[in-house]
Amino acid sequence: MSKILEGLKYSESHEWVKVEGNVAYIGVSDFAQKEMGDITYVDMPEEGDDVLAGEEFGALESVKASSELICPVSGVVVAVNSALEDAPEKVNEDAYAAWIIKVEMSDASQLDALMDAAAYKDMIGE
Amino acid sequence: MLERIGVDKLEDLYSDVPSEFLKKGPYALPDAMSEQEIRDYFASLEALNAKLNVFVGAGAYDHYTPAVIPYLCARSEFLTAYTPYQCEISQGTLRYIFEYQSLICGLTGMDVSNASMYDGPTAAAEAMKMAIACTRKKTRVLLSGTLLPNVIQVVETYARFHGVAITVLPPAEGVTSLQTLENELAADDVAGVIVPSVNRYGIVEDHSGFAEAVHERKAVLVEYCDPSALAVVKTPGEWGADIAVGDGQPLGLPLCYGGPYVGFMAVKKEHMRKMPGRIVGQTVDKEGRRVFVLTLQAREQHIKREKATSNICSNESLMALWVTIYLSLMGPEGLKEVNRISSDGAHYLKAELLKTGQFQDVFPDKPFLKEFVLKPVGCACQLQQKLEAAGFFAALPTEEGYVSFCVTEKRTRAEIDRLVKVVKEG
Amino acid sequence: MKYYDKLIFEVSKEGRSGFSLPVNAFPAAPALPEAVRREAPLDLPEVSEPDVVRHYTNLSQMNFGVDTGFYPLGSCTMKYNPKINEEIAALPGFAGLHPLMRKESTQGAQKVYEEMGKALSAITGMHTFTFDPCAGAHGELTGLMIMRQYHLNRGDLGRTKVIVPDSAHGTNPASAAVCGLEVVEVKSLENGRIDVEALRPLLGPDIAGMMMTNPNTLGLFETEIKTIAELVHGAGGLLYYDGANMNPLMGVVRPGDMGFDIMHLNLHKTFSTPHGGGGPGSGPVGVAEHLAGCIPSLKVSAFHGNFGVILRAYAYILSLGKDYLRQVGAYAVLSANYIKECLKDVYKLPIEGVCKHEFVFDGLLNDGAREGVPGATTLDVAKRLLDYGFHAPTIYFPLLFHQALMIEPTETESKETIDAFIAVMRKIAAEAAEDPNILHEAPHCTPISRPDETTAARNPVLKYQDTL
Repeated sequence: MSKILEGLKYSESHEWVKVEGNVAYIGVSDFAQKEMGDITYVDMPEEGDDVLAGEEFGALESVKASSELICPVSGVVVAVNSALEDAPEKVNEDAYAAWIIKVEMSDASQLDALMDAAAYKDMIGE
Repeated sequence: MLERIGVDKLEDLYSDVPSEFLKKGPYALPDAMSEQEIRDYFASLEALNAKLNVFVGAGAYDHYTPAVIPYLCARSEFLTAYTPYQCEISQGTLRYIFEYQSLICGLTGMDVSNASMYDGPTAAAEAMKMAIACTRKKTRVLLSGTLLPNVIQVVETYARFHGVAITVLPPAEGVTSLQTLENELAADDVAGVIVPSVNRYGIVEDHSGFAEAVHERKAVLVEYCDPSALAVVKTPGEWGADIAVGDGQPLGLPLCYGGPYVGFMAVKKEHMRKMPGRIVGQTVDKEGRRVFVLTLQAREQHIKREKATSNICSNESLMALWVTIYLSLMGPEGLKEVNRISSDGAHYLKAELLKTGQFQDVFPDKPFLKEFVLKPVGCACQLQQKLEAAGFFAALPTEEGYVSFCVTEKRTRAEIDRLVKVVKEG
Repeated sequence: MKYYDKLIFEVSKEGRSGFSLPVNAFPAAPALPEAVRREAPLDLPEVSEPDVVRHYTNLSQMNFGVDTGFYPLGSCTMKYNPKINEEIAALPGFAGLHPLMRKESTQGAQKVYEEMGKALSAITGMHTFTFDPCAGAHGELTGLMIMRQYHLNRGDLGRTKVIVPDSAHGTNPASAAVCGLEVVEVKSLENGRIDVEALRPLLGPDIAGMMMTNPNTLGLFETEIKTIAELVHGAGGLLYYDGANMNPLMGVVRPGDMGFDIMHLNLHKTFSTPHGGGGPGSGPVGVAEHLAGCIPSLKVSAFHGNFGVILRAYAYILSLGKDYLRQVGAYAVLSANYIKECLKDVYKLPIEGVCKHEFVFDGLLNDGAREGVPGATTLDVAKRLLDYGFHAPTIYFPLLFHQALMIEPTETESKETIDAFIAVMRKIAAEAAEDPNILHEAPHCTPISRPDETTAARNPVLKYQDTL
């Protein structure tokens, strides 16, 4: 059983969003990290990059796979989690502590299109 | 076997092929030849090629190949293996590639090498694409006009289809001009710059200030090098380059009418994830023993498909082994001596040719090693053919109206004196 | 095979050397100016000739090649590499030929290219070949450049997309992207063939062409090829043939006759040149007559492609001649079908029927999974095969199945070898049913056991200097 945190928003491509004011922390769900297996690299954008909802902002890599990260909201990247550069395994250890990027949202209404914990639980069907 | 499959005859195995596509009758080809006939036939073809003393480089250099190399590379465990997918029975290939990567990093002064590429020009084309991938949003790459003609042509071909604009920087007095480079960089749309360490005229270029100028505009600097010459000339690492590419052919590979050769690519660590090609890394097995595997594979086409930086899958593994054994045999002293003899011979030839009064020195103040150009007083084309008739491949005419010469450690003083005599007796 | 731990750097001893050079007979040239001189020490190994020979001989003994044993690697066509071809390529009149020598003085080489072009045209039904590409993927890229050039020459500028089946080799979409084409995927049907109905709506004025391999990566002949060719041509597109799977068609079907406009061949697969541990290969590209004019504007490699590989392949063609070359495809197909039929009661065969040179199992029928013990996977089967002296098949490709195990035997294996392989595959299936842990732990008899690939990727150690 994968862990799903209450109070977060989830996307169909398994990213989670934690909202603080107008800033969104974005990471991947516990389900996604389990599916990937041992994560060997997190490809991240740079601070100051623009991101668009529904567009790729990076990728998770394992030994034999690469999985795109899709941004749930539009905005500007105000921080990337540089701790993941040298320790991608943090995503495996605690997917909800290991945020990947922090985005200053340009349109908070995009959050409404995301799922809550219950809906996401239904989607992954565990 | 047919019975087990449940068909009557071989043709039934193609029953799913529309009959109109089934080939009737044999190919329009000769009858089978016995091994003896094959040998004789190819000997007759071989005899149609002129046997010439090679005094030309221009991207393919007639350096000596020690006997040990073909001997070891013919070992069928190396020769008949595929890409080392099953690492438990491919440690031989994986180890020599790891050694190759280490040697290329040592020669170039870079952090990370891949397991090799097709040849020098395609490695430069891959570097062009990589520059675009590293810098994002920039769409133009600058090529020095002093790069070998085939490097420029291949990069331009790739760029045309990849949607990259190329600007060729006109040379100034036979070398890449920092001033011209800075002028082009000012437009701020440049992703990368490719410059030769030893250029098409044989000149060893001074790239002081290049890396600073390129990095100031957030572009990447690519050095195209002759790896043999790197034993004595400033390395891409020392110039502050981000990517080093070139052809490994001068490291003892036979000329073989242009291939197989081996391209090399080495990069600064921060660009490692954008590098195309196979990469071998060290790790441990379950018993904790040091072992080697293909690694960082998530960059590659079989995983990323259309999102991969490159479509390349194979390397030129056997030629990388060739280079690895060559560098091991030569060692630091041998490789320096190859450069010394070649350069001394080339300087001797140039001086003797100038004495004939039939040439003008084009770049008298520029340093060179084994290769140089002169401006002939007469017709370049006739000179080449006259030398050919005397058994020399020399005085290759260039686009600029010069003739190009190259001397490796294989050329003796007697051969050079004879060549000069032919020129003199013109 | 035994484990040998050294790297050449560890064999090195200061002051030793293995080179032999003539005495320098020339006056000393002026030294290079300081600004362009190498300052870093030249840190190459210092070893004697016997050291080198022993070291690389030891390394070779940790390797498995076609000459070691059966190598049923799907889509790689690991056939026997005839030894006469090596001698031909090493002839000094070929090996010593400078690529920029004039045509007049390289008539032997010119003749090889000319005759080889004619031979490949006879075999494939294509009009003209270029030999510049150095590998299969390089051929794909060159072929797609020709495709785009053709449309551009006609002023048809809107053709920016290429259709690629979901079962395609990974290089197909990657080559298309490098060539600046957008990839449109077409799905396969349950029977493993391209879904013609799904293809129709994709075709339009934005389609440059379609890439296919036939037989496809499941080893199945695309029976609707005629319709597909008509549809693609009807929409103004060109049809590209990925020659990686050409071996079963040798002597039987010519891509040119099926309506393909552009194709590449892998001389290192179909035409027996050695793979060399991952190259050098050669990927000549053949085109139909109306496309021949698009070739000269492209320069894709240093000189004239991998001449040494082309020589070997030509020697192979002449050795087999018109009669034996005809039999290559059929015998390769016979071997593949025989193995498939002999194993399909223990391995999952997702698509029944006659295959071509290769076929795909979707893992074991009984993987032995039980309480607390996961079942044996395709990776486990592959690793266990190594213990029994066989190379593994291609695994986890194509992506259509989760446990893909892709087997290609080629025509150069005897029935005895094939039967021995079948027996081992059955034995492994029995082991899995009895105790999958035997397989999880495999291989047991190789110089090393399974490596820690995660650490290799997380903390890359990519050169000797990193280990010091």
